[in-house]
Amino acid sequence: MAASNNLAVEMKGITKKFPGVIANDNVDFELEKGEIHALLGENGAGKTTLMNCLYGFLKADEGDILIDGKKVDITNPNVAIKHGIGMVHQHFMLVPPFTVTENIVLGMEPTKNSMIDYKTANKKVEEISKQYGLNVDPKAKVEDISVGMQQRVEILKTLYRGADILILDEPTAVLTPQEVEELVSIMESLTNEGKSIIFITHKLKEVKAIADRVTVIRSGKVINTIDTDSATTNELANMMVGREVILEVNKQKANPGDIVLEVEDLYAKNSRDLMALNGTTFSVKEGEILGIAGVDGNGQTELSEVLTGLRKKEKGTIRFKGREIKSPQTKRLFEEGISHIPEDRQRRGLVMDFKLYENLILGRHHKKPYVKGWSLDNKKIKEEARRLIKEFDVRTPSENVEAKSLSGGNQQKLIVAREFDRNPDLLVAAQPTRGIDVGAIEYIHNKLIEQRDAGKAILLISLELDEILALSDRIAVIYEGKIVDILDREDATEEKLGLMMAGAESEEVEGGNEVG
Amino acid sequence: MKLVDKNITEERAKYFQDQNLMDFLVPIISVIAGLIVGAIFMMIIGSDPIEAYKVLWSASFGSIRGFSEMIVNTIPLIFTGMAVAFAFRVGLFNIGGDGQFLVAYMASAYIGYIFQLPMIIHLPLAVLAGILAGGVWGGFAGLLKAKLGIHEVITTIMMNYIALYLVGYLASGPLKAEGPLPATPKIFETAKLPRFLPTMRIHYGIFIAIAVAFLIYYILWKTSFGYEIRATGLNPDAAEFGGISVAKNMLLAMFISGALAGLAGTSQALGLEYRAYQPFGFIGYGFTGIAVALVGKNHPFGVVLGALLFGILSRGAMMMQSMVGVPKEVVEIIQAIIIMFVASEYIFKYISRKMQERKGGLVDAN
Repeated sequence: MAASNNLAVEMKGITKKFPGVIANDNVDFELEKGEIHALLGENGAGKTTLMNCLYGFLKADEGDILIDGKKVDITNPNVAIKHGIGMVHQHFMLVPPFTVTENIVLGMEPTKNSMIDYKTANKKVEEISKQYGLNVDPKAKVEDISVGMQQRVEILKTLYRGADILILDEPTAVLTPQEVEELVSIMESLTNEGKSIIFITHKLKEVKAIADRVTVIRSGKVINTIDTDSATTNELANMMVGREVILEVNKQKANPGDIVLEVEDLYAKNSRDLMALNGTTFSVKEGEILGIAGVDGNGQTELSEVLTGLRKKEKGTIRFKGREIKSPQTKRLFEEGISHIPEDRQRRGLVMDFKLYENLILGRHHKKPYVKGWSLDNKKIKEEARRLIKEFDVRTPSENVEAKSLSGGNQQKLIVAREFDRNPDLLVAAQPTRGIDVGAIEYIHNKLIEQRDAGKAILLISLELDEILALSDRIAVIYEGKIVDILDREDATEEKLGLMMAGAESEEVEGGNEVG
Repeated sequence: MKLVDKNITEERAKYFQDQNLMDFLVPIISVIAGLIVGAIFMMIIGSDPIEAYKVLWSASFGSIRGFSEMIVNTIPLIFTGMAVAFAFRVGLFNIGGDGQFLVAYMASAYIGYIFQLPMIIHLPLAVLAGILAGGVWGGFAGLLKAKLGIHEVITTIMMNYIALYLVGYLASGPLKAEGPLPATPKIFETAKLPRFLPTMRIHYGIFIAIAVAFLIYYILWKTSFGYEIRATGLNPDAAEFGGISVAKNMLLAMFISGALAGLAGTSQALGLEYRAYQPFGFIGYGFTGIAVALVGKNHPFGVVLGALLFGILSRGAMMMQSMVGVPKEVVEIIQAIIIMFVASEYIFKYISRKMQERKGGLVDAN
């Protein structure tokens, strides 16, 4: 099976160092022809670095790369493309006003009489689309098609350029569960036609469902390469993290109390001045977690910003602890007891050039005990910072380093520490675990449950359906700025939520609850 | 496992500390580079650079009078440099130092001659008038920025010209003293910033300037207001997230920046000229202040050192011209080279980053 002539890609002894980090440490990786091979690891484990070396974005410090058994020197992506390697990035690189074909031929337009020959191009795109069951309309404009379709355009683009080896970087992050299923069947038809696929992910379930083999990377080292059938999800998780992981969040049934936050018929515009919230209505009670599920860009950002005073509402009412908040102002809301974990920690949550102790007082910097007379009480501030760093397990040499020198997971813990320490009545947690390692995710999840059990109201806004399902007591699905429906956790299944996330009414899905 | 983590974070922290060290080294390297390039120019025009630099040095440090004159040059630059640096900390570019200088110059002179009071009241009042005038002049640009989003570079430049003609009109018209000079009457003794060395022009403005440097340092790093200023300047989105009013801080910071530049005008009126003359153009303290802030890395103490550097250079320029025959333009070249080097710090950082990349590059581990 591992005969060398059957290998599409062979990477031997790849080492890549960054200051303070060995991203890849003597990594061996093999891709067989016609297989789907998952590259599993936490954020920062080195999977993307390895693939960037293969695709020519980075140059490995040491090691060899063999394509079809021949040693190659991939200095840039063009060389990689020539060797039949194609990469689909997590963030698509498409021109929205262009048609599918225009996007696909961009940079290598076929010409006839020095004019771009769209007729031939369209035909070729359609052929490839049919061959692999991609079902893409070559003449549609990219801005008009769904995210799942755009991803297929990206795949088509690599195929058009003659790729035999496809690298998909976290391809399911932007998809609804139904779209994931479609992607899986496309991947299968690709491998049936002899293509080989490398599939970068940190989601265990997908590895089991999609991949033939999996290579687990941890802290830059390959832990193991195995057939996916030979390991359970739990075993994979342990390999990935390096210790026993509890995948299920351990929680008791919620004990909800009075309503803390009531949102009624809320309208707000996004930064492009288009209406993003279109009459959102829901409420959150003490001691419960309300999860907001939805595909990215359906008003989640605007919702969390309006609720924390960072964005103006157009109309609608917000009642917090029984009192209506007419014009929400961040400072006042903070003082009344709303904490916020922002979705973009580097832009909103932290001043990256501030020291940790400075970041930990953001929002409380004008109040006791941090201010004494005219001055900031730096001794007290640092003392509190050390307490929080210890309590929330932020890995750092000291409180005197700048926030930008921390890893993503530790930056997030820093924000969580600051926001929880305020002892809020309502916590708006937007994407609280985006892009951080499993250890930190586990930690933050447990902290959220802890806060819930202490009687706080928690609004959890997340694009990760698994996270919503694991933590929420009730789940509201948001679509185009409206709450489609709110389900109790027991009634919610991934399929149901998936359909609702795509805009299907709950009746269509089958008997949902009243919007409440 | 934890130990490994710690080593990695420590190494990352060290990397960023090295970057901070660069902030300190770049101005020093730039000054040296400026002097070397200046020497090359002198050799090209046939002068002896060693001789010239000896004169440059002794012009400021060779005699008490020289030192006094150098400090006189330095005082307004500390204030205007501080003004630029402070505005920069909130993320704004105050290039209206010259206008703020002029309105404060006139306001202080006016209070200085319009009535006589005991010195303990009169002098502070005259200084305060300058602070307020400069503050209002800068604050207005801050207001336009905060409320209407009008770019402060545009408004501060325009306010410079308004100040130039307004002060010119006042000094040659309604506030003009009897006699041929286009200037206000002389201020009373009680409003003068005292000189403390016999026959020397060095005055108490230098102590105000140094006190202001400490005050600004204190405000920026030891008060919650300074915290808000710095947070706003470094990341306005995060500041907003922390309940900090970006608009309010921009307005306040521009007021303070204007007041600082105003102190330069005040010290000119109360410490040197003892009246306000009709200006025939900008003296350029405001613009040189930009260079001072740049060299001083927008740090209050850096600004003092930067002002000192430019004070020494401008004092030395005159003496080099008269004693060694090196045109004073050579000093201007040196200044320009220093500014270019500091401003192109990006190139230094780029090179050091490239060198790092040879060994592995800098990519966020996450």
